[in-house]
Amino acid sequence: MFKDIEHLVRLAAVIAIALVAFIILRAAVVPHSFGQYGHYRGTAIGEIAARPIAFAGHDTCEACHTEVVDQKKLGKHVVVACEACHGALAKHADDPGSVQPAKLDTAVVCARCHEANAAKPTGFPQVATADHSGGPACDTCHQPHRPKIETEKTEPAKAETGKKTATEGKK
Amino acid sequence: MQIPVQGFMYPNEVELQWSILIVLYPFITGLVAGAFILASLERVFQAEAVKPTYRLALLTALAFLLVAPLPLQLHLGHPERSLEMYLTPHRSSAMAMFGFVYLWYLMGVLLLEIWLDYRREIVVLSQTTSGWRRLVYRVLTLGSDNISERSLRIDDRLGYFITLIGIPSAFLLHGYVGFIFGSVKANPWWSSPLMPIVFVFSAMVSGIAAVMLLYMLTTRLRGQPIDMRCLDKIAQYLLYTFVIDFSLEMLDLLQRIYEADESFRSLDFMVHSRLWTSQVVIQILLGTVTPIVLLGSMRVLRLPVTARKRIYALAGCLTVIGIFAMRWNVVIGGQLFSKSFLGYTTYKMGFATREGLLTAIALMILPFVILWVLVKLLPPWPESASLPNSGAAAAHGTS
Amino acid sequence: MEITRRRLLMLLPAAAMAWKFVLAGTPEASPNYKLTEHWWSMLIDIPKCIGCGSCVRACAEENDVPESYFRTWIERYHVTDWHIEKPEVESPDGGKQGFPPHADDNGKNFFVPKLCNHCADSPCTQVCPVGATFISPDGVVLVDKSYCLGCRYCIQACPYGCRFLNPKTNTAEKCTLCYHRITKGLTTACCEVCPTGARQLADLKNPKDPIHEFLRTHAVQVLKPHMATGAKVFYNGMDGSVR
Repeated sequence: MFKDIEHLVRLAAVIAIALVAFIILRAAVVPHSFGQYGHYRGTAIGEIAARPIAFAGHDTCEACHTEVVDQKKLGKHVVVACEACHGALAKHADDPGSVQPAKLDTAVVCARCHEANAAKPTGFPQVATADHSGGPACDTCHQPHRPKIETEKTEPAKAETGKKTATEGKK
Repeated sequence: MQIPVQGFMYPNEVELQWSILIVLYPFITGLVAGAFILASLERVFQAEAVKPTYRLALLTALAFLLVAPLPLQLHLGHPERSLEMYLTPHRSSAMAMFGFVYLWYLMGVLLLEIWLDYRREIVVLSQTTSGWRRLVYRVLTLGSDNISERSLRIDDRLGYFITLIGIPSAFLLHGYVGFIFGSVKANPWWSSPLMPIVFVFSAMVSGIAAVMLLYMLTTRLRGQPIDMRCLDKIAQYLLYTFVIDFSLEMLDLLQRIYEADESFRSLDFMVHSRLWTSQVVIQILLGTVTPIVLLGSMRVLRLPVTARKRIYALAGCLTVIGIFAMRWNVVIGGQLFSKSFLGYTTYKMGFATREGLLTAIALMILPFVILWVLVKLLPPWPESASLPNSGAAAAHGTS
Repeated sequence: MEITRRRLLMLLPAAAMAWKFVLAGTPEASPNYKLTEHWWSMLIDIPKCIGCGSCVRACAEENDVPESYFRTWIERYHVTDWHIEKPEVESPDGGKQGFPPHADDNGKNFFVPKLCNHCADSPCTQVCPVGATFISPDGVVLVDKSYCLGCRYCIQACPYGCRFLNPKTNTAEKCTLCYHRITKGLTTACCEVCPTGARQLADLKNPKDPIHEFLRTHAVQVLKPHMATGAKVFYNGMDGSVR
């Protein structure tokens, strides 16, 4: 009787061995943190959180560059983060001496926001640069940290100061 | 990335994610399911007429099933991690669960059924051949030499039971592939409860046609006469399955046209422009309507044998091409339009790249190479006269 | 000989497990950050967006996003009169360099920044076959790039088109809400550089977060609500033409 199903018993044994081997393999290979929070490797969360940072964040800039902060407070660009124009500068924040931010080309940087475009909200300050300045870079007349040009009549001294700080800021 | 885009597509949608290899995959598993169903017709439903193709259908199914994972592996960004699907399958993912459906079908159904059906021959061959062939047969016997009447009857009963489970398993195998697409709510070309059913019936159509063609080809190559009763019967099954398949697809299409929901305008334009040749011309006209007309007319007209053979061969070829086109239209078509319904992209198929045309052609040739090896190892021909009284064939004829 | 081989067979799985520990030993966020105390989301104020592209550039720089792929992007809409079902939309290089000037032609124009919606019932995490993408306990949908197979099923399943396959890592990738920043008390790169405050990070579990008052007093929408994804990026002032 057994002889007639011997081949099936052998087959069952092969299947059983394969199943056990699979279970052992699984225990050995599946990462230990898998299932910690859900159906994924729990340690992945820590790994993703440990990525290096490129943008320092304006709080970090403001800790050192207080004079710029004071200037910005007087104008509309107070809401604009430093790195929005100056680019990612976490490296500079970590080592201010050796990592210097690049000089900005205001003709490019300012245009990105302020070049006139029908899709921009109508209340937003925008100009067609060709008509507005016809060539010179924006910082020829505007101080980027405090962009509004004060008129001669109201604050002539400040207009002078505005130009000076513009050149200072470009160190 | 110089891919021509018409209208607007989300920036990340422009490049197609699933290539021709992912078209191949449902095509191949479809052939498997279809070939197996045909084999089951003989075993379970006593459709004696198609007995000559029984073993050939099983081996064809196996050859294609072994190749089925390859297009997927070649497509993965990290094929070396593919074991993760078995180690940590995500139960809510149709793709993960499919890995087990595939494994079950390969091991629990197909291999087991083939082994049980051929066991007598395997044992005999393990004793009569020599060299590496002897080694292969010896391994396949699992060390047991018993081919007594009683053991063969047990094999037969078990085989019948496996086939019985095998039919719903085959439906599950390919229906699941349909579900992998049909359950993606983000894609209106795919998302449909009809998708698994359409896939199953088109799989049966392609599998039956493939076995029919292979039977005609191999019989001719061996210089044997074709059993016309068998061939007529297969063609009949092909016709009936085709009618159901076509009805389902037309039902889906008509409903979409009538309801004309948000996605419809975009999909309609896509069919009329980018998918016109592959969908309307190749899949519907040449690949479905023409074979149905040809096969249907064979039920009515009484043509001589040669004419019938030619028409069956033509219908079979058109069918297989048409079902491939259907897979293409589903997979590629589903990625040609934007989910914003505002634009279309183009599929740039590589040639000699990992997911290119050359790879696809090689993957389509490979199953025939494997089939050739299988046929040499386990001859499926009815007149395998090299063995005294083909016991297994006789045994399940009496069950 | 036999004894040594048996010992080795017992040691190998143990060693494999130990090695996994070693590899996984990266520090969690910041020591004070508790996963269960946060449920991150974002608020986008469409009338404030000027389409400058700073967010797209900042994201690319902060997260090493490869060229011509986007973790966030901006779309420009032009709607003529009552034809809200047929908007004209463009997104040149994702809006990275801003948008070319267009003359006003009596239509309605506006910008829509898009990113991963960090869906609470995300279809992308549902379909991942191995558990490589998931929603963290603090509400951010992330990708474990050392586990991802690159099968691209998640990219197919996302209704918003926010995922892509990174050609360098061959894994799926998308916005992580700058997880490495927000877990350290910083804001996301895109919110940091947005000059008008059109993008604001929000913590729904923080009762003092201004988003609660904003949601109470404004009409906001999510993208594709019929998909029931539980999207957590809220759009203020979004027109019905937005796809």
